[in-house]
Amino acid sequence: MFGGVIGLVAVGVSLIWGIMDLINFAYGEYLMWAMYLTFFLWATLGLEPILSAPINAVVLFVAGVVTYRFVIRAVLRGPIFAQMLSTFGLLVLLRYVAWLLFRPDDRQAQSVLATSVLTVGGLRVSGGELVAFAGSLLATSVLFAFLKCTKTGKALRALAQDREAAVALGIDADRLYALAWGLSTAAAGVAGGLVSSFMYVNPLVGDVFLLPAFAAVALGGFGNVYGAVGGGLVIGVVNVTGGTLTVPKVKLALVYLVFLGVLFLRPKGLWGR
Amino acid sequence: MLLTVDDVHASYGRFDVLRGITLGVAAGEIVAVLGPNGAGKSTLLKTIAGFLAPRRGTIRLGGEQVGGLRPRALLDKGVTYVMQRSSIFGKLTILENLELGAYIRPWTSEVMQDIERVLLLFPRLAERRHQRAEGLSGGERRMLEIGRALLLNPKLLLLDEPTMGLAPLVMDLIFEKVLELRAAGTTVLMVEQNARLALEVSDRAYVLEQGQTRIEGRGQELLASDAVRRAYLGGAR
Repeated sequence: MFGGVIGLVAVGVSLIWGIMDLINFAYGEYLMWAMYLTFFLWATLGLEPILSAPINAVVLFVAGVVTYRFVIRAVLRGPIFAQMLSTFGLLVLLRYVAWLLFRPDDRQAQSVLATSVLTVGGLRVSGGELVAFAGSLLATSVLFAFLKCTKTGKALRALAQDREAAVALGIDADRLYALAWGLSTAAAGVAGGLVSSFMYVNPLVGDVFLLPAFAAVALGGFGNVYGAVGGGLVIGVVNVTGGTLTVPKVKLALVYLVFLGVLFLRPKGLWGR
Repeated sequence: MLLTVDDVHASYGRFDVLRGITLGVAAGEIVAVLGPNGAGKSTLLKTIAGFLAPRRGTIRLGGEQVGGLRPRALLDKGVTYVMQRSSIFGKLTILENLELGAYIRPWTSEVMQDIERVLLLFPRLAERRHQRAEGLSGGERRMLEIGRALLLNPKLLLLDEPTMGLAPLVMDLIFEKVLELRAAGTTVLMVEQNARLALEVSDRAYVLEQGQTRIEGRGQELLASDAVRRAYLGGAR
């Protein structure tokens, strides 16, 4: 179930990577802020955490566009290190503003779904995790359909491949970069809403998602948004089976062991070309 | 004249590439730009297409000053540009590549009709319209790029070395298509290394050297000129 969410997060990371050749180190922090948004929507309005996913998507979309307009655009023409450091700076800023405002305490919205247990094919699954998995697949499918079928989605894919050629056809790279940031952070917003029913939020929670998502992106083939989903599912399976077959504390180490093994055999990832 | 370039200077950083280019293209003409490597041919097309701002001089389209406008503004005025290097989107299908040629137009049934018209012009693309463009040969890629540029019904088509790296038979096919375009009313300004073929199909031509216009004349006249033959056509008639 975790793999589906990691797949969605990996797609968000991969979208920016694929279109702009830029690694967004702050991605996990957007997810963390989305989880706080979900928590406060529950705490103040009593909104079921899953239902905050669309609200998060809209708020985080705007946050992504604002980030692009005021931070990323300025460093885009700079050296690659300036671009990487800018997203790393964002990570520090977003994390410690949250720390300052919310303290490092764990918080969790109470969800009806989290306490329900469903039996699927003989397996007992938490309702919250099942809905998070299904929601992640749905959000990923909507994003893929947008990229595959719409004029703007095709333009984004063209921009990812050849910026100058895209501009020669009248594609507005600046506007689409802003859109890509918005879509990417909106995916983090959805993921934040989906996991909040069964996960605590604290200012460091972004790391739980970001590192496996980077591994998923690398497994799927750098910048390949479709491969990122597959990478996420592989990570999820290794995470769960590794934790069950060994001891839970080493499951993340197993994820990275598989990740290193795959990259050793296929440096461009499982679906990279 | 549809296009008038007057005393245009352009540079990459401190390095002057165009040092006073003057030329004109009348509506319905094919005009070739020839010259040795480094003469500024591709830079001239990039400057007209809006990818490089002229440092001095004027570029007029139908009498209107367009020098320094951005590529999108020039597309809106009917100037499309096929760059020298391959510029297809390999992971998109041939059909998607063509659709993006009409990106700035509303995607209506009229666009789909225009795409069908382009596919009629290039039947080899029509057969493979749903395949990824990365599987196309060099000549087919060129056809796709030219076809894509036609979807804006350009007033002026800028072609940068349309036959570079192609087999002789494919070169002939590309020039045949350029002639068909002229017959359909498209004006073409073309940079070409294959001087002989370019002069055979063009109405007029300019020879550039070191960023300046050196020779100007009708295609057939230049083909017969001793100076041009010695310098660019390998001497023999």
